[in-house]
Formats: sequence, C-alpha cells, structure tokens
Amino acid sequence: MRKWSSVFLTTLFAAGLMTACASAPETDTAGGAEGGDDTEETTAASGDSRLDTIKERGTLICGVDGGIPGFSFVDESGEYSGIDVDICKAVAAAVLGDPEAVEYRNLDSTERFTALAGGEVDMLSRNTTWTISRDTSVGLEFAPTTFYDGQGMMVRADAGIETIEDLAGKAICVEAGTTTELNLTDNLRKAEVEAETVTFQQADPAYAAYAEGRCEGMTSDKSQLIARRSTLPNPDEHVLMDITMSKEPLGPVTINNDSAWFDVVKWVTYGLIEAEELEINQGNVQEQLESEDPNIRRFLGVEGDLGEGINLNNDFMVVVIESVGNYGEIYERNLGADSEFNLPRGQNDLWTRGGLLYAPPFR
Amino acid sequence: MQRTGTEFGFGFLNTQAAFDIQESIIPYDPATDSYGRVLLAGFLNSLRVIIPGLILTTLLGILAGVVSFSDNWLLRKGSLLYVEIIRNIPLLLQLYFWYRAVFSKLPNPDNRLAWFGSIYLSNRGVFLPWPAMNWQFGSSAIALLVLVIAVGWLWRWRTQLMVETGQSGQSQLLALWALAAIALLLVVFGFGWQIPQETDSAVFDGGLRLSAEFSAILFGLVIYTSAYVSEIVRAGIQSVAKGQWEAARALGLKSGLTMRLVVFPQALRVIIPPLNSQYMNLAKNSSLAIAVGYVDIYSVANTTYNQAGRPVEVMLIIMVTYLILDLMISAVMNTLNNLVQIRER
Repeated sequence: MRKWSSVFLTTLFAAGLMTACASAPETDTAGGAEGGDDTEETTAASGDSRLDTIKERGTLICGVDGGIPGFSFVDESGEYSGIDVDICKAVAAAVLGDPEAVEYRNLDSTERFTALAGGEVDMLSRNTTWTISRDTSVGLEFAPTTFYDGQGMMVRADAGIETIEDLAGKAICVEAGTTTELNLTDNLRKAEVEAETVTFQQADPAYAAYAEGRCEGMTSDKSQLIARRSTLPNPDEHVLMDITMSKEPLGPVTINNDSAWFDVVKWVTYGLIEAEELEINQGNVQEQLESEDPNIRRFLGVEGDLGEGINLNNDFMVVVIESVGNYGEIYERNLGADSEFNLPRGQNDLWTRGGLLYAPPFR
Repeated sequence: MQRTGTEFGFGFLNTQAAFDIQESIIPYDPATDSYGRVLLAGFLNSLRVIIPGLILTTLLGILAGVVSFSDNWLLRKGSLLYVEIIRNIPLLLQLYFWYRAVFSKLPNPDNRLAWFGSIYLSNRGVFLPWPAMNWQFGSSAIALLVLVIAVGWLWRWRTQLMVETGQSGQSQLLALWALAAIALLLVVFGFGWQIPQETDSAVFDGGLRLSAEFSAILFGLVIYTSAYVSEIVRAGIQSVAKGQWEAARALGLKSGLTMRLVVFPQALRVIIPPLNSQYMNLAKNSSLAIAVGYVDIYSVANTTYNQAGRPVEVMLIIMVTYLILDLMISAVMNTLNNLVQIRER
C-alpha cells in the first residue's frame, strides 16, 4: 500500500510541476508590471536586439541544412557553399563587414524553429517555407523569398509511376516537420489515394531509405530533389514526376518581435535582388560608385543615409556585393549555368524578365 | 515565449493535425483528427513496441543467462559471445543495422519471399497470419484463460497429492494432457486465424503486418536489452550459495531440475531489482524509434511541436508520459519483488 501511495505522490508532483510551468509566464508578466521598472529599462535601453548581440560577438550564427547541394552543403574540407550559405555571408558582410564571419549550424527540419526561438542561432537560412501558421503561431518573421519552389515527387524511372493515382499502395518517404509532409497528406487526400507515408526525422535517413528501395517515392521541394538526386548512387535511374503538389516559397527566417534585426535581414535580401535589377555585380561595383544614376548612388550609399535607418553603414550593399555578388550571380554560381544542376531561372527571375523577384524601392 | 508573442496552453491539442502517420492501432484520419488523437496513436504505437519488447526480452534474457551455466561448451560460449558483442555496441548503431542492413535489404514487394502461402517477407514488412479481432476471438481467448487457470490449479493439486499421499498422479496427468489438447484445438480453430491475402502487388488484406520499421525497433531493443538481462540473470544465479547446488545434487536432482526448482527461485530475489531498471531502460530507449522511422510517441510529438509551434507544451507531454510509464513498470516490479522476498518472522 505504501508503494502505491508513493507512486501517486510522484505523479501528483509531476502534475504540479506541469501547472507550475504553465503559470510561470503569467507570474513573469505580473512581476514586470508591478515593480520591475528597472528590468524593463535595461531591456529597452540596450535595445535588446539580436543585431547588437551579433555586433558585440563579431560573428553571425546562421542555421543551415548542410546536406543539400546547391543550397547549403559542406564539402570534404568543411567549406560551406550554396545559395542559403551565400545569404548568410551577405548578412554577415552587411553587419560585420566580413562575409567569412559566419558560424554555421546544421539543423534538421524538426529542431530548426526551437533553435531559433531559443537563441542558438541568429537566423535560419535553411529552405524554410513561408506559411501563415509559421509566421503567426510559431512566432517567426519571414524575410523575402530567395527561392520560389514547388513540391515534387521523385520515383524510379523504371517503376512506371506517372500520376499521383499510380502511387496507390506504394510507400513514400518524407522528412518530418516539413510543409511537404502536410502537402503530401493533402494531395493524397484530394486524389483519394491510399499510400503509406514513412516519416524520417532527418533528410539523410529518408533519402537513404528511398535509395535502398524501402519507398517507391520520395517527396520534397523540387529543387531539393534535383540536388539530392545528384548524391544518389545512380542519379539517372530516378526521375521527377510531372506534378507540382504545392507552392514552396523558401527564404531566410528570424524570430518574431525583433524588427531591428529582421529589417537588416529583410533589406540585405532585397538588396541582392535590387542589385541585379540595377545591374551592379561583383565585377563592376567599384565602377558603379562613380555612377551618375541617383538610384545607384543612393543604393550604394554614395548619397543619402539609407544604411543608418537600419543601424548599418551607408555603404553596406557595396560590401555585400563585393563579397557574394548580386542575386543573379549567387543563383548562377550555385544552381544555374555555372553549377552542375543547370536549373533555369524560371520563377526565380526578376519581375522585369517575367519572374517573381521584386524588391521595393531603396529610398 | 512572450518575446515571440506565443502563449502557453494546450488548446492546440484540439486542432486538426493534418499529417499522416505510417501505422496506427486506432483509426486515425488526418482529415478530421486532432493533434491529441495523433499523440494518442503515437503512444499506443510506443506500447506496441514496449509490451512485446518486455516479454521477449525476459524470455531471451533468461534463456541466455541460464545457458551460460550449461554443460554444453557451444551453448556456453555462444551466450558469452552474444552478451559481449551486443553490450559493447551502441544501441543506435544496432538499430541502424537492423533497419538498414536487415529489414530494408529484404527483397522488394514484387520479389517478396513467401512460405506456406501464408507468411510473406518483403522490405515493406513481415506479414503473418493473425486472429481476426472479433467476438469469436474474444470468447476463445477467455475460454483459453479459464483453461490455463484450471491447468495451474490441477498441477498444484497433483503435486500436493503426490507429496502428501504418495500417489502416482497418473490420472491427473492424463487430465492435464486432455486439457492441453483442448487448448491447442481452441487456438487452432477457435481463434479465427486470418491469412494475409494479396490483393494487389505488395498490398495485403487481413493477417498481421509488422512493418520494417516496427520490426527493426523491436528486434533492436529486444536483442540489446536481453544481453543486459542475461548478465543480471547470470549474476543472480551465481549469488545462490554453492551449497544449494550441492545439496540438490545430493538429493539426486538432475541439473535442469536443480536450476528450475532450487536455484532459480532463490536467484529471483537478486534478479528482480536490477531487472526493473533494465525494463525501464527498454521503455525509454523505445524513443530511439525515430531513428528508424517508426512513429512512436516521441516521433509524433516531434512532428507535432514543429507543425503546431508548441515545443514547451509537447515536451511536457512526452516527459510526463514517459514518467508515468516508467512509474507503472516500477510499481509492477516492486509488487513482484515483494512476492519473492524472504518473509522474515
């Protein structure tokens, strides 16, 4: 009898712990409102922005995937490359003046948001899809989309699977905690197809299970599938089905309620797009400083004080472009003609050329 | 949380989950069911690994532990080799081994292996005949339970008769055999066994399906934990004084009977407390299922907090779940421990 009562007590204690945790934030608010004038002041005075922390620290901590060639990939020598990595470099160049002052953290899809919310990383540049629930209830801020993607499905070329109906009774591998996982469920529901979804915590085991034949299909963003296909044993044996299952706007992410820092990430990203529109690139940025065009002069900080508004130097875009180039250069280097993937620009072209990339005016 | 503008609360449990899981004992439909429901499905999936895991671990562990005292050189060394190899390799690696090198490497559904037209093996899983879950199975199972109790009672009565009155116990033995035959008939015909029927390539109707993921986590856990249980059993048996062995031999008991009647009951007193912690380890290690893609509570919870953006609440739920689970195992084991301890007068 005594044993049972001790079990009961422990359970009670656990429940108590839970309710204590549950009410903790409320007590915090109460304390702050009553007598915590000085605590509020310190947070307000120091700005409490991530931007100051990064400047003090001297490095930017950037959360990336680390396993997707073309987006963020670690090579044998430990060097990171890819479009997501270049965004990190651009932000580091703008804030710290040095594109190499970045510390990369490899995050899997389920730990990325907690890492950001816990302050482990300053920003995510990790193929993250912009959705309303992430923007609101998860508490994130999405910087402009750096890659417009859609969800696809990779199957074996000789499997004879062409439409979503052909997937009935097949197994499909997917990564946990992604929008693709939800879209897959939606699409199968819509087509009234019963298929088995096998969910993995990380991308590597998911692709390995697909490669070993555990699953007939592998679903993810199309660009990611193309990039990952190049790492499979026989890339030619796999094809992407001719379906687009969703919209996947991918871009950098920061935490909610830190506008000073969010503005920096947002406008550096826009800056890369604007630079391409203004035809400023790595090669000609120094010449462009002499330009007569007021738009270019303002953009590069020769005139005006656009940088000061976001607590950066006025010439922050000069440093950024010198280090990583404009958006077009980043794209061609990592995914386009200069890379092994040779992906056409498609939707990821400037609005002036029929794409979706559009930066608000720099003025 | 305040900083990011999110509020603490468990209201999200009622919102639609919208993600599918690979397998579930209870009906689960991502179109209508909530996060609460999917977490419950995950919890039941965990139990589906833990409960058979505990039973199989006990059987395999005791077998390996007892065999390490065998007079047979091959069995003795085999047990030693098993324990030393398995205990010295991390569990996660072993799980990967079972999943990637064994169950995923089985032939694909088109070339699946089949035995007796009722057992199928492919990289989608193992398909076995299994009783249909209906009233027929239920009533047969209850009848079987009654039979087992009757057999137990008869056995004790027979032993008592043999000890106290010196009767041969032949007639009771005959009755026992008859009951066993009835039980066998009941299991074969009364359970309503369903044989997996292939409806489409790789799709089976009826029978039991153990997916590759489930098989990997169950095999991995059982084989790993059994190695520890085996050592606990060995230690327990060695703790029994040598005089007990010698006394039993002097009475003319064979080595199998010595173990079963004299040594093992005494060894139980030493075995049960450390066994308790191994059982709890098995329950907690089942959370590694996520590594092989099996949808247990931890895996489902991971997806849930990510999709719902509720890490703190979901972590609390998992912690409390595992805590209660372990306390329950502990309570059962403590009761068992009390039963086998020496009653001091």
